[in-house]
Amino acid sequence: MDMHRTEAGGVPEPAVSARRISKTYGHVEALRNLTLEFPRGQLTSLLGPSGCGKTTLLKIIAGLLEPTSGEVQVNGAPVTGPGPDRAFVFQDFALLPWASVLRNVAFGLELRGVGRTEREGIAEKYIRNVGLAGFENNFPHELSGGMRQRVGLARALAVDSQVLLMDEPFSAVDEQTRRKFQEDLLGLVAEENKTFLFVTHSIEEAVYVSDQIAILLPRPSRVSDVIRPSGLRAKDVADIRRDPEYLDIVDQIWASLRNYVE
Amino acid sequence: MNVLGIRLPGMSSLILWGLLWEAVGQFGISFFLPPLSAVVATLYEIIGTPAFLKALSETARAFLAGVFFAIAIGIPVGILMGKNRLIDELLLPWVNIFLSAPLTALVPVLMVLFGFGLKSIIITTSLFAIWIIILNARAGVMQINRSLIEMALSFGASPWAAFTKIYFWAALPEILGGVRIGVIRAVKGVIIGQLLISIVGFGALFELYSANFLMSHFWAVLLVLFALAFSISEFLAYLERRVDYYAAKR
Ligand SMILES: Nc1ncnc2c1ncn2[C@@H]1O[C@H](COP(=O)(O)OP(=O)(O)O)[C@@H](O)[C@H]1O
Ligand SMILES: [Mg+2]
Repeated sequence: MDMHRTEAGGVPEPAVSARRISKTYGHVEALRNLTLEFPRGQLTSLLGPSGCGKTTLLKIIAGLLEPTSGEVQVNGAPVTGPGPDRAFVFQDFALLPWASVLRNVAFGLELRGVGRTEREGIAEKYIRNVGLAGFENNFPHELSGGMRQRVGLARALAVDSQVLLMDEPFSAVDEQTRRKFQEDLLGLVAEENKTFLFVTHSIEEAVYVSDQIAILLPRPSRVSDVIRPSGLRAKDVADIRRDPEYLDIVDQIWASLRNYVE
Repeated sequence: MNVLGIRLPGMSSLILWGLLWEAVGQFGISFFLPPLSAVVATLYEIIGTPAFLKALSETARAFLAGVFFAIAIGIPVGILMGKNRLIDELLLPWVNIFLSAPLTALVPVLMVLFGFGLKSIIITTSLFAIWIIILNARAGVMQINRSLIEMALSFGASPWAAFTKIYFWAALPEILGGVRIGVIRAVKGVIIGQLLISIVGFGALFELYSANFLMSHFWAVLLVLFALAFSISEFLAYLERRVDYYAAKR
């Protein structure tokens, strides 16, 4: 555990804060007056039923969408567009189908003007880290869904941003792969000193991987509750799902969400 | 194609049509259609002559220049139209009009504007090819997966980098399809240009042969033209198949 993790109940200062964010698409009010802070070095989940505005919020934080009103700050500076302090992991992977795994992983660095030898060296390291060594010269269509998302993850890690924005990154992979991913993600949060923003619609997934869970309610979306499963992070990854605290929090969240599910 | 359980190579039907041509020619039904064998013999005779080689190089030069401009202008314009709603609204009606317009009728106007030389022929060639190239590049860009673009933006892509590293490649299958059809139209354009604007190149040969009723010469030149257009189009189709693997999953 590093110094940023919760100790003696203290929450690290926020790396990202969303202040009174509202977003309307034409007649659709997706977010209304949403305020939320994302503690540095921790993983915060945005949890809520689909269509409640999770992707919208993440894209506003990424600088890909402009809020109708309100402001996002990253490290105290207001967000005006995409920046090197944030990297995005896409739900549908967003890989270049015409490029090899190596070029895909290096692509963020390529766009940032890093020279070829240097960026490929960095990419190779992260390809190994996500367990894809040997697939450098394969193309995305030759990989399984899980492997493709590992490529997307390696690409986001390779640019070494402080904030990682992940939009339902595991929803398009099968159940076994997803469990492996969740374990690996916990390892990543512990190792890399980064702030993770993680969107999911799975209660179990959120409780399993998060330091903090923000529960969003349907449109116009606002944060209804923030839960910090503080006791779980010290546990062994294999035991979390049997832990009473884990089971209690899952139940508690379900109780608060069930009214909103048709 | 399978006939009686035997797999026939592609374009086998050409053999059938060739035989039919030969038969019709041998019966002497029309002086307009000499037998294929006579045409091939004539072709063999004229293909090395200076007059033929000169015509070939004149046509090839105008054709290549025309296709070059059609591609170099058409692809970026098409991509811009696909990217930018405003540019699209402005240009799309014109592109559609020119795509279906009888361009041959415009050739006299081009002659007034650009003279009776190579320049007008090249412009005619480009005009025949460019519209379908624009429309296809536009269609290719319009079906790009939104998240590829967001991915590029999120990693700080400049507009130029997005253009050359994302839009072009993502639209490449459609672009190649457009170039293939455009090139075939350019063959038509260059011949019409060489017939109407200044009688040079293959246009001059067609004019000469048909005016003197040298039908087997006429058909021989047409065969050469067909063979050239066919090889270029097959080459582009080959390139298209090479990018097929990702056409379905962008
Ligand atoms: N580009 C858009 N135009 C119009 N409505 C949109 C657009 N994007 C999202 N929405 C609407 O905003 C709401 C929130 O969408 P989204 O953020 O994608 O939800 P989530 O990610 O939680 O499923 C949905 O009702 C969706 O229909
Ligand atoms: Mg979503």
